[in-house]
Amino acid sequence: MKAYERVIQLVLFISAIIAVFGVILISYFIISEGYPVIRKVGLLDFLSGNRWAPTQGVYGIYPMIVGSLLVTAGALVLGVPIGIGCAIFLAELAKPRIAGILRPGIELLAGIPSVIYGLYGLAVIVPFIRKVFNNQGFSVLAGSIVLAVMILPTIINVSESAIRSVPRDYKEASLSLGSSHWQSIKNVIVPAARSGITAAVILGMGRAIGETMAVIMIVGNSPLVPESILSPVRTLTGNIGIEMGYAGGEHQKALFATGIVLFVFIMLLNIAAHLIPKKAGE
Amino acid sequence: MNELTESSITSGSVNKIRKNEKTAFIFLWAAAAITVLTLIAIVGSVLINGIGHLSLDFLTKEPENMGKDGGIFSIIITTIYLALFSLLIAAPIGISAAIFLTEYAKEGPVIRLIRFGTETLAGIPSIIFGLFGYVFFVVFLKFRYSMVSGGLTLTFMILPTIIRTAEESIKMVPMSYREGSLALGATKWQTIYKVVLPASIPGILTGVILGIGRVVGETAAVIYTAGSSLGLPNSIWRPGRTMAVHLYILASEGLSKSNMYATATVLIITVLIINFTANRLIKQFIRS
Repeated sequence: MKAYERVIQLVLFISAIIAVFGVILISYFIISEGYPVIRKVGLLDFLSGNRWAPTQGVYGIYPMIVGSLLVTAGALVLGVPIGIGCAIFLAELAKPRIAGILRPGIELLAGIPSVIYGLYGLAVIVPFIRKVFNNQGFSVLAGSIVLAVMILPTIINVSESAIRSVPRDYKEASLSLGSSHWQSIKNVIVPAARSGITAAVILGMGRAIGETMAVIMIVGNSPLVPESILSPVRTLTGNIGIEMGYAGGEHQKALFATGIVLFVFIMLLNIAAHLIPKKAGE
Repeated sequence: MNELTESSITSGSVNKIRKNEKTAFIFLWAAAAITVLTLIAIVGSVLINGIGHLSLDFLTKEPENMGKDGGIFSIIITTIYLALFSLLIAAPIGISAAIFLTEYAKEGPVIRLIRFGTETLAGIPSIIFGLFGYVFFVVFLKFRYSMVSGGLTLTFMILPTIIRTAEESIKMVPMSYREGSLALGATKWQTIYKVVLPASIPGILTGVILGIGRVVGETAAVIYTAGSSLGLPNSIWRPGRTMAVHLYILASEGLSKSNMYATATVLIITVLIINFTANRLIKQFIRS
């Protein structure tokens, strides 16, 4: 009986380390596929190169790095205030009945596939921008708007649990000192939940940088540094997603090299979010 | 005189505080309203444009002319096929991992490593999973574009969701259940298998269903591993096209607006059903 229990414990342990094994496997294969190109081009030239011309063996991903950062920054500018506002609303203002509508809605927003977001962007947002600004419509702005919606669930959920983890005494003490409800939210509750809210924003940023299909469908994908938020742009994810379908040889390896850069960005964000305590008082 | 001024100042600032509060609360209400309205706009625009093109024929006929005409029968089947395949592998592993983390593991470096690994895996973007699946399963292990390559790639992708939900629901089983069972002479594993797991099944199922949702909606990780060829995959070593991939191809190639919206509608209704079921299960679990 004892041996039997031990075997089970071993099987369970192996299952548990598969996730770690997966991360190692993924890192190893992406890096070993992409690294030769980075070594050949030179890391600095690869990152700061302005030209992406795979047919001529020129691989510079600077425009895509700028593209990813711009689209993501735009998404944060639009998504963070709404997301945090919605989280405060849920934690502090919403009556159970309203929360009962809002919460499943946010879950659904998280469950909607990225192609559907892309389709909506393509069918509604891009034509709208085209009409208002009289341009091609496919732009940084279109990408930022759609990504802002896509990162809402992450920002709302993580911020709300941070706000909820602020001890009740803080709020009660503030109210009993004569502060209004809003003053307590602004001066006591939100500052106490600050680190959790920061983690929420970082996680939202990770989602925005990593999103592929929705972005490909709406940003135009030209591999040039955009002149304004109304110009078309290509992201790191888009660079991989568009060309993986037909790339071969060194070109394909250059896409894996793009993947390494993306992976490093994501890992840095994950580690940052991991290091920040998500609950007040931790 | 002095007192009067002071009280008038106070009443002025009270008004100002009230006004500030009102403005702030209007913003909070607006943030919540925007969130819900955006959801309604997205789901609504797909349904309004697609529901008219939906028919029994569309669901039961094969695609023709690269999906321009005909239905999406084999595409629906491929989607279900791939979802079941990845769940069949991810669910046992994920649930076992959750049992280990909650019932066996002691706080320490190993646990921290496992948790960090799971969190990292959850944060990896799907295009990276696509690249990995392509180079590892399709090329290195020579599984080619197939249900196996796609399913195994997706297994890694949905594993964190399943582990996390299963962990949370196992933790919610009261300690007294375990103590009662152990006191009756059951071993640790007997207790877990006969008492803890049955009590946490609705919660575990929620994670599994959310996993299905991710598989059904995934594009980037699927297209480079399971491929995008039309036709029924008649073995696990054959490629296939899922609904999300089909929708992506129809939308990016502009082949057929009506079939694009009809596919989007089927996809979104599937997601709605999955979310609704997951919600019901959570509620049932919390009540019990």
